[in-house]
Amino acid sequence: MPTATAPADVSAALQAKFPQISPRPSSDHPAFNVPATDALAVLKALRDEFGFDFLMDITAVDWAEGASPRFTVVWHLHSSSSHGYIRIAAACESDIEPSMPSAVGLWPGANWHERETWDLLGIRFTGHPDLRRILMWEGYPYHPLRKEFPLAGIETELHDPEVAAETGAKAIAAPMAGGPFVASPGEINPSDAEPRAKDESWNERREKPAEPSA
Amino acid sequence: MPTEHVFPEAGAKAAAAAQEFEGEKMSLSMGPSHPSTHGVLRLQMEIDGEVLTKAEPILGYLHRGDEKIAENMTYNQFVPYTDRLDYLAPLANNVAYAIAVEKLANLEIPPRCQAIRVICCELARISSHLMGLGAYGIDVGAWTVFLYSFTEREKLYRLFEELTGARFTTSYTRIGGVSRDVPEGWTDRVNAFCDQFLPILEEILRLLTRNKIFTDRTVDIGVISKDDAVAYGLTGPNLRGSGVALDLRKDKPYSGYEQYEFDVPVGTKGDCYDRYLVRGEEMRQSVRIIKQAVAKFPGGDWYAKDAKKIFAPPKDKVLSSMEELIHNFMIVTEGPLIPPGEVYFEAENPKGILGFYIVSKGGGVPWRLKIRSPSFCNLSILPKVCVGAMISDVVSILGSFDFVMGECDR
Repeated sequence: MPTATAPADVSAALQAKFPQISPRPSSDHPAFNVPATDALAVLKALRDEFGFDFLMDITAVDWAEGASPRFTVVWHLHSSSSHGYIRIAAACESDIEPSMPSAVGLWPGANWHERETWDLLGIRFTGHPDLRRILMWEGYPYHPLRKEFPLAGIETELHDPEVAAETGAKAIAAPMAGGPFVASPGEINPSDAEPRAKDESWNERREKPAEPSA
Repeated sequence: MPTEHVFPEAGAKAAAAAQEFEGEKMSLSMGPSHPSTHGVLRLQMEIDGEVLTKAEPILGYLHRGDEKIAENMTYNQFVPYTDRLDYLAPLANNVAYAIAVEKLANLEIPPRCQAIRVICCELARISSHLMGLGAYGIDVGAWTVFLYSFTEREKLYRLFEELTGARFTTSYTRIGGVSRDVPEGWTDRVNAFCDQFLPILEEILRLLTRNKIFTDRTVDIGVISKDDAVAYGLTGPNLRGSGVALDLRKDKPYSGYEQYEFDVPVGTKGDCYDRYLVRGEEMRQSVRIIKQAVAKFPGGDWYAKDAKKIFAPPKDKVLSSMEELIHNFMIVTEGPLIPPGEVYFEAENPKGILGFYIVSKGGGVPWRLKIRSPSFCNLSILPKVCVGAMISDVVSILGSFDFVMGECDR
């Protein structure tokens, strides 16, 4: 394992090494925006030269439909020598089929994080040895953490065709009335801020629309 | 007398059978409802005789979409959901989440509140490790440990109930404080618990530490090297069992942990036995921290008084003052006013490092909330550790990881 210790000023040293990166607004740790093509080089340098030996987390943020770039992948590294954190963020080039180089070659622990990010947000990690869904079942048609996916869920086939054929059951959307209490912030009218106002299209009393909006 | 003389045909038959199945692999699914998988983990194993050649954990049976739910509710409304991450240490999750949001809001938390939170975290650690130990004992065939550790947990639950009103799903913290101050005399009762707990802890550990059956099942089983532990992002006792002394309470103190004296135990080999030893020692250290926190329990405010737009005022003030009533109304309907920004906070939880990455665009609802759960990361090394182990070792390895599917699947 690399034993490099972090220089006193990680930010300055990193920016000197990679002039193409830019500081990212952050409320706590040093953070940098990195071009997607350089992400792996930066992560590798951080691990080998700056002493960031722990890959704590990989995730992504969906900035909602219409935003461009729409998806940003975020890595959090921790150094067990300097006890500091650093956040690296890279925007995916494509908004339709986002992808990002995989960090499994650097940290085997990235494997599941990237599978989860693919599963929930639909970001393909190129070079990942085994990019399958991990929390949802294989063959599930949506990426639930994307902003257009409704909180209630969308009706889909069960993952086991045999069980589906035998029972005729489907994975159905959750009824929002009585579902999680969800307030809409910024709504002045209290009745609009009520939980069930979030998905008003149907509830126990009102029929569900025939075509669920995808 | 050698058996082949007694049953010559049977011996020949067995030899022929062994030859016939030589090298043939069988696929075996363990879980999701198997007692030794501690919840709904499923292991898809490929075995050659009794030896695993492949193990693939299958997750998601307890996936509830917590991160999606978090994006749709105010910060305080999400506190009960954090109970259900590591449901064996809900108080520690509450605290980790509250501190993450407070970092985002740049809130200063008064010392009394910090001390309450430290006591909560350490009590939760003891409770979680007791459960882990008891269940581990059962996994490898020692029932008695479970009975002892559950008796102690019951006492802890009584303390939790007195403090939070709930035994299990505590939902104790609020953004900017806790839901109520400690009841009168509670800290004394915590102290009394610690005093009587230490000798019992020794008794519990004595049941296992030099127990021949237990050591046979755990020593040199499931060895994780230092490098592997770091590369896979293991944290908590599982990492420290492999000899890496990473403990955020020491390395990056939060909530006033820097004031307390305690040691960070580490293992030498990284086998199941080391992980067990680390947990045992951690409970002793937790007691040490609690006793210090109780001894210098600070007075003063138990919530951030200045944060009028974040912490809902106490009920009596809501009912008597116009301004407080308005604040209460705004915080309940719109959520606490959190500035835009990004924050990543990690806390040293009983199972490992629990992290919250929060992206805020301002207002009472997070834009994105990612939970970095220790069990998820710890389990990711399973396919590597289990290969070459016997099936009975898998049970021992799983028990030594002390994971919780609630936080793994989220």
